[in-house]
Amino acid sequence: MSAPPDDAGILAADTRPFSAVYARNARAVIWRGFRVIRSQNWIVLVSGFFEPVFYLLSMGVGLGSLVGEVEGPGGTPISYAAYIAPALLAVSAMNGAIYDSTWNVYFKMHFGKLYQGMLYTSLGPLDIAMGEIFMALFRGLLYAVGFTGVMGIMGLITTPWALLLVPASVMVAFGFASFGMAVTSYMKTFQQMDLITFVMLPIFLFSATFYPLSVYPEPIQWVVQAFPLWHGVELMRQISIGAFTPATWIHVGYYAAMILVGVAFTTRRLRSLFLR
Amino acid sequence: MISAENLVKRYGGFAAVDGISFEVAAGESFGLLGPNGAGKSTTMRMIGGVTQRTSGRLTIMGLDPERQGPEVRAHLGVVPQQDNLDEELRVRDNLIVYGRYFGLPLAYLRQRADELLAFAQLEEKAAAKVDSLSGGMKRRLTIARSLVNEPRILLLDEPTTGLDPQARHILWDRLFRLKEQGVTLVVTTHYMDEAEQLCDRIIVVDKGRIMAEGSPAALIREHSSREVLEVRFGAERNAAVVRRLEDVGERIEALPDRLLVYTDDGERSLERIRASGLHPLTSLVRRASLEDVFLRLTGRSLVD
Repeated sequence: MSAPPDDAGILAADTRPFSAVYARNARAVIWRGFRVIRSQNWIVLVSGFFEPVFYLLSMGVGLGSLVGEVEGPGGTPISYAAYIAPALLAVSAMNGAIYDSTWNVYFKMHFGKLYQGMLYTSLGPLDIAMGEIFMALFRGLLYAVGFTGVMGIMGLITTPWALLLVPASVMVAFGFASFGMAVTSYMKTFQQMDLITFVMLPIFLFSATFYPLSVYPEPIQWVVQAFPLWHGVELMRQISIGAFTPATWIHVGYYAAMILVGVAFTTRRLRSLFLR
Repeated sequence: MISAENLVKRYGGFAAVDGISFEVAAGESFGLLGPNGAGKSTTMRMIGGVTQRTSGRLTIMGLDPERQGPEVRAHLGVVPQQDNLDEELRVRDNLIVYGRYFGLPLAYLRQRADELLAFAQLEEKAAAKVDSLSGGMKRRLTIARSLVNEPRILLLDEPTTGLDPQARHILWDRLFRLKEQGVTLVVTTHYMDEAEQLCDRIIVVDKGRIMAEGSPAALIREHSSREVLEVRFGAERNAAVVRRLEDVGERIEALPDRLLVYTDDGERSLERIRASGLHPLTSLVRRASLEDVFLRLTGRSLVD
């Protein structure tokens, strides 16, 4: 809490950086998040876990029985299920992060009025954004642990390197979440929000998720390689069998840059997002 | 405590607040009275620093809420027009979690939450879900929540709109106690009785501008007669009768359903109307209120 006012009711100005939008209290928003989880039905929490699992069962096991073995990173032959499982984890990290940072934020802003209440306290918009992104990443972490476990049970994991799927998944989620809020700050209506779904669907389908990049003609390959999801998919695929190349660092660097730019972008847009 | 100078808020070409200036002293109870859409809520949001003003100067306890939002709001309690309780949390948790947003320690908040539940007469509802509460209870919880940080200034935006008379009186009683404790109240309302009950001083706002300023009693004295005689002759005849009543009171206001005769002695005016051979279907003598002040200043009613 800030210093009390003097006898005349005058406060001394807080001159630390970001004092207009940041009160160094994102943990209160996180504390609320856990409080809600505790009082919530567990079904709500685990529903997000099943999305990639269902994809894995239908595409990996079902479709995979037609496809047979494919060539994994580094030329190792692997089952189709093992080929798409890490990609599905990257997709699930992306979808979860995008949902939490766009629709969820939009809804809490305009209908739940949750942020309206928070903003009338000594929280600043940056506290709220950081707290909400943290909660989104925490959920992403739970799902990643769960899905990696499922991969293990299905015999799709053959190397201890695969444990890195979990932090990599959180990193992918952070990349998307950091941009999502900034994008939401431009959205005024439901129709505009639908644009997000419209953009995300092709990214999901065409980022070499279900087949290798090499099926595309070269110009299209360049486009796909610009997509953030492609870097996530490639990185996760490499991790899942422990086959790293110099490109691994490019994928990690891509996300590091995406997170930095996204956080800066969201911070700039906070006033437009919360203080209209 | 609050100093506003020429506040303006534009949305596109529309000026929701169009050059409002006022000062609020510590411990004062200050009201903004006006119809829906007058710019009251926008003014409140600017004071809280959650809406950015287009131009003008505003300081709360010496600071600009736009530049020192978190610090200013640490000393502010806010009751918004629509309850925005956290529906995902239970009643007591609403108070505790809200206190965490102010960075207050948990040990303090546990005790404070119990005090506030008692203040809001919600002790039995501590573990209830928010959406199981009645409208009046939600309102009281919202007010209790706004007090969790022991604010110096309490902003109340239409505190009793939508409540039944009993719930309103309970609420007014609670607010009165706060006022006695020295909390500065800023209230917006379109109910004149609320402004008269709660406010030491009010500004009458219409279309983003200040129409008048003063204590409720002074405003009534200045802009209205002591008493008002309301007479009805039936929808068709009201307008036709106006001219025949011209010398009965100081002034006559013709509303669609009734005529208001402004006069210092309502009973005598009524006798004179009857003596002139007119027989109203119903008649009522009452004291003048802020509603009359508003009608005088704007030519319109407060509640449409």
